[in-house]
Amino acid sequence: MHLLDEHLLTIVTFLPFATALLLLVPNRRLPASAWRSIALTSTLLTFGLSLRLWTNFEATRTGFQFVERVPWLPEYGVHYFVGIDGISLLLVLMTTFLMPLALLGAWTDITKSVRSFFFHMLALETGMLGAFVSLNLFQFYVFWEVMLIPMYFIIGVWGGPRRIYAAIKFFLFTMFGSLLMLVALLVVYYLHYEQFGVLNLDYVQAAGASGASLLDTAIPRGGEAVWWKTQTWLFAAFALAFAIKVPMVPFHTWLPDAHVEAPTAGSVVLAGVLLKMGTYGFVRFALPLFPDAAVTAAPVIFSLALIGIIYGSLVAMVQSDIKKLVAYSSVAHLGFVMLGMFAFNAEGLEGSVLQMVNHGLSTGALFLLVGMLYERRHTREIADFGGVAKPMPVYAALFGIVMMSSIGLPGLNGFVGEFLILVGAFAADPRFAVPATLGVVLAAAYMLWMYRRVFFGPVENPENRGLIDLNLREKAVMVALLVPMVWIGVYPKPFLGRLHASVTELVHRVEQGGPAATAEGDPAPLAATLVAASGEHP
Amino acid sequence: MVGSSESELLRLIPALPLLAALFHGIVLSLVRRESPRVFVIGLSCGAVLASFVVSVIALFQLVELPPDARVLVDGVYTWIGAGRFSAELAFQLDPLSAVMILVVTGVGALIHIYSVGYMDDDKRDDKGFQRFFCYLNLFTTAMLLLVLGDNLLVMFLGWEGVGLCSYLLIGFWYGDEFNAYCGSKAFIVNRIGDFGFLIGIFLLFWAMADLGAASVDFRDLAAQAGALAGKSLALPLFGEVRLVTLAAISLFVGACGKSAQLPLYMWLPDAMAGPTPVSALIHAATMVNAGVYMVARLSFLYEASPVAAAVVAWVGGLTALFAATIAVAQTDIKKVLAYSTVSQLGYMFLAAGTAGYTAAIFHLMTHAFFKALLFLGAGAVILSMHHEQDTDKMGGLWSRIPRTHAVFLIGVLAIAGFPGLSGFFSKDEILLAAFTSHVPGHMALWGIGVLTAGITAFYMGRLYIRTFHGECRASREVQDHIEDPTETVLWPLYVLAGLSAVGGFIGLPQLYGDAIFGLPDSNSLALFLEPVVGGAHHEIAHSTEWLLAFAAVASAGTGGALSWLFYYRQPDLPLRFRESASGLWRLVEGKYWVDEAIDASLVRPLVTVSDRVLYRTLDAGLIDRVAVDGTANSVMGAAKGVFRHLQTGLTQSYIFLMILGTLAVVGWLVR
Repeated sequence: MHLLDEHLLTIVTFLPFATALLLLVPNRRLPASAWRSIALTSTLLTFGLSLRLWTNFEATRTGFQFVERVPWLPEYGVHYFVGIDGISLLLVLMTTFLMPLALLGAWTDITKSVRSFFFHMLALETGMLGAFVSLNLFQFYVFWEVMLIPMYFIIGVWGGPRRIYAAIKFFLFTMFGSLLMLVALLVVYYLHYEQFGVLNLDYVQAAGASGASLLDTAIPRGGEAVWWKTQTWLFAAFALAFAIKVPMVPFHTWLPDAHVEAPTAGSVVLAGVLLKMGTYGFVRFALPLFPDAAVTAAPVIFSLALIGIIYGSLVAMVQSDIKKLVAYSSVAHLGFVMLGMFAFNAEGLEGSVLQMVNHGLSTGALFLLVGMLYERRHTREIADFGGVAKPMPVYAALFGIVMMSSIGLPGLNGFVGEFLILVGAFAADPRFAVPATLGVVLAAAYMLWMYRRVFFGPVENPENRGLIDLNLREKAVMVALLVPMVWIGVYPKPFLGRLHASVTELVHRVEQGGPAATAEGDPAPLAATLVAASGEHP
Repeated sequence: MVGSSESELLRLIPALPLLAALFHGIVLSLVRRESPRVFVIGLSCGAVLASFVVSVIALFQLVELPPDARVLVDGVYTWIGAGRFSAELAFQLDPLSAVMILVVTGVGALIHIYSVGYMDDDKRDDKGFQRFFCYLNLFTTAMLLLVLGDNLLVMFLGWEGVGLCSYLLIGFWYGDEFNAYCGSKAFIVNRIGDFGFLIGIFLLFWAMADLGAASVDFRDLAAQAGALAGKSLALPLFGEVRLVTLAAISLFVGACGKSAQLPLYMWLPDAMAGPTPVSALIHAATMVNAGVYMVARLSFLYEASPVAAAVVAWVGGLTALFAATIAVAQTDIKKVLAYSTVSQLGYMFLAAGTAGYTAAIFHLMTHAFFKALLFLGAGAVILSMHHEQDTDKMGGLWSRIPRTHAVFLIGVLAIAGFPGLSGFFSKDEILLAAFTSHVPGHMALWGIGVLTAGITAFYMGRLYIRTFHGECRASREVQDHIEDPTETVLWPLYVLAGLSAVGGFIGLPQLYGDAIFGLPDSNSLALFLEPVVGGAHHEIAHSTEWLLAFAAVASAGTGGALSWLFYYRQPDLPLRFRESASGLWRLVEGKYWVDEAIDASLVRPLVTVSDRVLYRTLDAGLIDRVAVDGTANSVMGAAKGVFRHLQTGLTQSYIFLMILGTLAVVGWLVR
C-alpha cells in the first residue's frame, strides 16, 4: 500500500498504457472478447485506483497533491513531474470514469481488428491522463501530441465512410495549433532563462527543488518588450492552440466531421475528454501564465463564447443527423465553459470546471445512446425514426433524462454548472451573460425538437417496429452514467468543495496579474547554455 | 432568520410523493413490468394523501405561533455553494405557502383519486397506468418544492420541475404527433419565461452581494427590500433604471410563462392535449398558479416598484379580457376551459398588481376548486361521451348524466360569480383592489374586470347550455351508451363541488361579514396572509362597496342572460350573428391567429436562417469549404510543387521540413 500510495498518480496514468503493451504480445488464439475483457478490466482498475485520489485528496489544501518528480533531462529543465489540484482531480476522475463506460457501451460496435482498437483506446487514456497530471511543460506537450496519434487512428481506421477526411482534418487542425503553442512555449522557456539564468520547464516549484518555476517568470506586458516576447502574443499562440481543441467558433468545423465519422467509443472520448484538453489548457496554463493578456482578451473570448452558444445551438437545431446535432450542441456547451472561465471570478470558474465534467458526462452519454440506436438501425438520420419510444421505452426514458441533464434541468448536473457560469458571467459583463442565457432556451428547442421527431408520434417506418430495447449491459452503462449526473445535480458539494481552493488561488493570481518583471543581470547566452547542457564542450 | 422556528416535518411533504415517483420510475425502467394496479394506486394516492396529512399537521404547528412570527424553516443542506453564491436546499412554511401546499396536496389528492377511474378507461396503444402515476407524483413533488422553497433557487428547481412534468404529461399519449408537439411547445415557451426568471435571480443576487448580504433567500431579500429599492443601474437604450423594477419585471416574465399570460399564454390551450386529470391538476389548479404565487411571495419587490406593479396589473387585466373573448368562440369543451383559465389567471395578476395580494391568493384558491371541478366534470362528460370533446356533438346531456350535470352546474355558477358561491367573493375582492389602487388607469382596469366578468358568465353559460341542454347532437351509437361515470370518478367531484360552493366563506369580505353575519373578522384568509404579503386596506364607504358588488353581479347577470337568450331561447341568433359579423367571428374563433403569426414571423424564419445561412452558407460553406479546405488545398498544391523540385518522398520531406522549422525557430531565439 505504501508503494501504491507514493506513486498513485503515476500508476493511474500508466496502467492503461501498460495494459496496451500487454495487448501487443502476439497471440492469435484469443477471441475478440478476450481483448475486450482485458481492456475493460484495465480501465476499471484504473478507475478504482483513481477513486483513491478522490478520497485521499485534501480539499482545503492549495497547491498540488500526489506530487512525484523524477529528473528526466534535468540540464534542460525537463522533469517527469506530476501532481493534481482540484481542477485536474475532477478531470482525471471524469476520464477514468468515462473510459470503461465508453468501452462497455460500444462493446459490440467494433468487430474489425479488435485488439488494435483497444490498444489505441488504452494508449489514448494514458495520453489524456498524462496531460491532465503533467506539471512540466515539456512533458505536457509530449502527452498533448501523443494523444493525437491514437485518436487519429481510431477515427481513420474504425470510422464511418468519410473517416480519412475527418481524421486528417482533426489531425491538421490540432497540429497547427500545437506548433504555435510550441513556439510560444519556447519563448517562455527563453524568458525564464533570461530572468533566472537556468533552463526550466517546471510549471510550479516542486517541494525541495531550488530555483523558480515558470509561474515565477515575469512575462512582459508590452511596451518596452520585443513584440513576440509579450504576453499578448504568447497568450494568443496558446489560446489558439487551445481554442481549436475546445473548439471555439470559428475553429470548430473539424468537430462535427470527427464526431460523425468516429466510432461510438471514439466519439465519447473525443467529446467527453479530448475537448476538455482545450478548456483545461486555458485554465491551467494560458490564464496563470499570461493573466494580463487573458484579462485584456476577455472581451474577445466572451464574444466568441457567446457566438459559440447561440450559433452552435442554431446550427444544431437544423441538423438532420442526430450525432451531428449532438456535436454542434458541444460547441454551444463549451461556449458556456469558456464564458464562465473568462468571468475570472470564483462563481464562474467553479461553474466552468464543473461544466467540463458535466459536459463529459451528458454528451458522453448522448453519444453512447446514439451509438446504441445506430447499432440497431444503421442510420442516424432523424427522419428515419419516429415513435421509437413505443418499441424502446427504457431507451427513450434514459435518453430523456440525459437530454434533460444536457439542457440544464435543475436537479441534474448541467444546471449547477450552467447556473454558476451565468452567475459569474453576469457579474463580469451582463452584456454577454444576458444573451448567453438565451442559450438555455435554444438548447431546449433543439433537443426537444429532435427528441420529439425520434421518439414520439406513430411508428411509421416498419423497420422501427421491431427495435429491441436496451439489454442489461447497455442499461448498466447508462445507469452508471446517471449516478454522477444526479449526484452533481442534487448534492454538488463534494465536487465544488474540491475546487474551491484551486479556483480561489487562480482567481487571486489573475487579479494580481502575475509576477512583475525585475531587472536581472545578463545571463550567459542561451545557445552556450544549451550546448553546455548537452554536455559538449566548445 | 428572525423569528423562525425549525421543523423537520417540512421535508417530508415533498419527499413522500418523490419516493413514490422514484419507485414507479425504477420499476418501469428496470423491471419493465407494471406493478399491480392496486399497488400503484395505493402507493401514489397514499403518498399524496400522506403529504396532505403532514401539511395539515405542519399548519397546526404554524398557527400555534404568534401571528407575526409564523414561519417554520427546514434547512436540509447547502445545495449550490461557490464563491459568494450559496443556496440551501431549504423549505419554509408561512401562511402563504401553507395555503398553497393545502391546495396542492388537497386538490392534488382528489385528482389522483379521480385519475384512477379516468385512466382505467384508457384504451390507447401508448397507455401506461403506472407511468401516468409516476409523472403525477413527480409533478406533485416539484410543485411542493416550488411553493415550499426557502429561496429563489429552490423555487426555480420546482419551477422547472413542474415544467418538465407538464411536458411529460401533455405528451403522455406520445403516439399522437400533435400531443408530442404540444408538450414540447409548452416546455419551450416556459423556458422563455425561465430566461426572465434567471435574469431576475442574477440581478437580485449581485445587488444583494453589493449590499454585503449575498443571498437569494426570500427572508433575506425581504429584509433588504429597502436597500434594494435604492439601487439603480444604467441600461443601454433605457438609461437609468431602478434595480427593483428591472428584477421584478424579469421575474414577472417567468411568471407570464408559467401562468400563461400575454404574450406567453399560447402553450396553455395546446396543453389540453394531455389527459383531462392533468388539465385539471396542472393546467388549472396548481402549476399555472405558480406565477401568481411568485408575485405574492416577492410582494415586497412589487411594492417597491410601482412601475413593475403596474405592468403586472395591466398584463393581467388585458390577458383576462383577451382570453375571455377567445373562449366565447371555442367549441371544444376543454379549450373553452383553457382560455377561461388564462383569463382567470389574468384576474389574479390584476389583483396582485394592484396590491391585492390576499385577493389574488383567495381567487387562486377558489379558482383551484371550481376550475378543477369544471375540468374533472368535463372529463366525466368526455368519458360518458366516449372521448368526444366537441360541444357541437353534445347537447341535452342533463337528463342522461344527472350527477355530472349537477356538479358541473355548481362549477359554472361559481366561476360566473353567482352570489354566495366561492368565485363571487374572490372576484369581488379583486375588483375592489383594482378600484381602490393607485396604479395608473386603475379605473380602466376595474372596468375591464367587470366587463370580463360578464363575458365569463356568457361563455360559461354558452358552454353549459350547449353541453347539457337542447337536442343531443351526438351520433346514435354514442347516444345509446351515455351514462354517468363510476363512483371513483364522481366522488372527488362532489368534494370539489362542496368546496366551490362554500369555499368562499373562508375569505368572506368584511362587507358581508358585517352586514349579514355580524362577524367582526370575517375575512380570516386575508388576516392569515397579511403578515406575509401585506395588504391594501381599502378605506371606502360600505355604500360604494355595495355598488361595486352590484356592478359585478349585474355584468355577470347580463352575460348569463345573454347566453340563455342566444343558446337556449333563440338558437338561431348565434348563426345570424355569425353571418352578419363573419370577419370578427372568424378572428375570435381563430384565436386572433397569434400562433400562426408567431410561426410565420419567428419560428420558421429562425429555422430557415439557421439552416440556409448559418449552417449551409457560413459553416459548411465559408468556414469549412473556403477557409479550411481552401487553405489545405493551396498548401498541398504549394507543397506538391516544392516536393516535385526536391524529388523526394512525402515522409522524408515532412521530417526534413520539421527539422528545418525547428532550426529556424531556435536560430531565431538565440540570435
